[in-house]
Amino acid sequence: MIHVKDLHKHFGKLQVLNGIDVDIKKGECVCVIGPSGSGKSTFLRCLNLLETPTKGEIVIDGINATDKKTNIDTFRREVGMVFQQFNLFPNLSILENVTLAPVKLKILSKEEANKKGMELLERVGVGAKANNYPTQLSGGQQQRVAIARALCMSPNVLLFDEPTSALDPEMVGEVLDVMKQLAEEGMTMVVVTHEMGFAREVADRVIFMDGGVIVEQGHPKDVFGNPQHERTKAFLSKVL
Amino acid sequence: MNEFIDMEFFSLLSNQSWFAKWGEKFYNAWINLSGWKLFLDGLKVTLVVSAVAVLIGVLVGFILALMKLTEVKKGRRTILSTIAGIYIDIIRGTPSLVQLMIMYFIVFKSQASFTAGMLAFGLNSAAYVAEIIRGGILSVNKGQMEAGRSLGLSYGMTMRYVIVPQAIKTILPALGNEFIVLIKETSVISFIGVADIMKAGQFLISRTYEPYVPYISIAVIYYIIIKILSLLLNAFERRLRKNDTR
Repeated sequence: MIHVKDLHKHFGKLQVLNGIDVDIKKGECVCVIGPSGSGKSTFLRCLNLLETPTKGEIVIDGINATDKKTNIDTFRREVGMVFQQFNLFPNLSILENVTLAPVKLKILSKEEANKKGMELLERVGVGAKANNYPTQLSGGQQQRVAIARALCMSPNVLLFDEPTSALDPEMVGEVLDVMKQLAEEGMTMVVVTHEMGFAREVADRVIFMDGGVIVEQGHPKDVFGNPQHERTKAFLSKVL
Repeated sequence: MNEFIDMEFFSLLSNQSWFAKWGEKFYNAWINLSGWKLFLDGLKVTLVVSAVAVLIGVLVGFILALMKLTEVKKGRRTILSTIAGIYIDIIRGTPSLVQLMIMYFIVFKSQASFTAGMLAFGLNSAAYVAEIIRGGILSVNKGQMEAGRSLGLSYGMTMRYVIVPQAIKTILPALGNEFIVLIKETSVISFIGVADIMKAGQFLISRTYEPYVPYISIAVIYYIIIKILSLLLNAFERRLRKNDTR
């Protein structure tokens, strides 16, 4: 499903990603962990071209994202993204937030989109707020709307960039529950997170990144229970 | 002290000859010499010139702003952003009166002063409007563009449905201020012979040989136009804030 080969990203002289190779299967839930500045967010943002890779190849669902001829906008329809800061559109109602892209891109008619949007909002538990505006919702509710918004485009892959880091502790659970449900339904997910509990419980695979490379990866039981590298051990001893 | 001022004030009020003198002057300029008609025609000209200039300013300014913003989109200078940058730099760096003269005497070869004036003020205003619009668009959180793009919306669509609607709340108050400046600025159009409010006043001076009544009249007329406009703008801004959901 996701095929990344020799991915490099430089910001000027700063080398952020130094050759990432990874294959992610359909329906897999992968959690990316690592210290700040390890390049995990940049890696995720490269996956839907919010950052342009300096070198390397990204193929998602058969579409080569790093090919110059690929239409970025069409490619991005397949790859949904959930941000740390939610990034809901404050000028639009909750339902409009969810339906804007499919309606304007003529993927769904207005009626279809409203129906689907309401279903998704019900599913993430904010259906009652459909006609409210983002600022009238709590952080947890906003993030669940952001997930519904990404889902309304029926993407094949969902990327999560530290989705619970900007939330009050008591709201983290409600967002993780939605994500867990998605993983169980077989959505292909890549999650950059500091929620080790979630990674341990939900992920099919954990990737530990440091210094712009993948240091270690494997089943959460192995990575958390029996880390092989010193760097992984040092990191886990601090966060667990 | 207060009593003294009061005395002075009341003596002025009761001084019939002072009132009579100025009343007569105003009556002479406004009624006998048909000053009211001149000012009314001048007012129409000022309003038309300002309205057209504002329209040109907003249209060209918006295009210039988009040209400059290609720099942000690409992450480096572009041909379009450089052209817009040079344009804004030159317009802001030279007096609008000089621009008006160049437009009328050089570009229009001393023909069509009315059109030349509207164009000169419009193109001048565009430079300032461009910076206002650009600033407003940049004030919208970067994450909004990323969220729009991540959903598969194009740059233009995200601008149209997400960024610009949010930027307008920042842009409009500053734009209102720019309109006010522009309306007053058009008074220099009399230099190229267009019969605006200023020219009407100058015509009256040439008839009465005294500057007091015409200039005071001009000041009052401009003040009233601006006052009405700023009241409208304030009401508009209040309505925007009321619907503000941010």
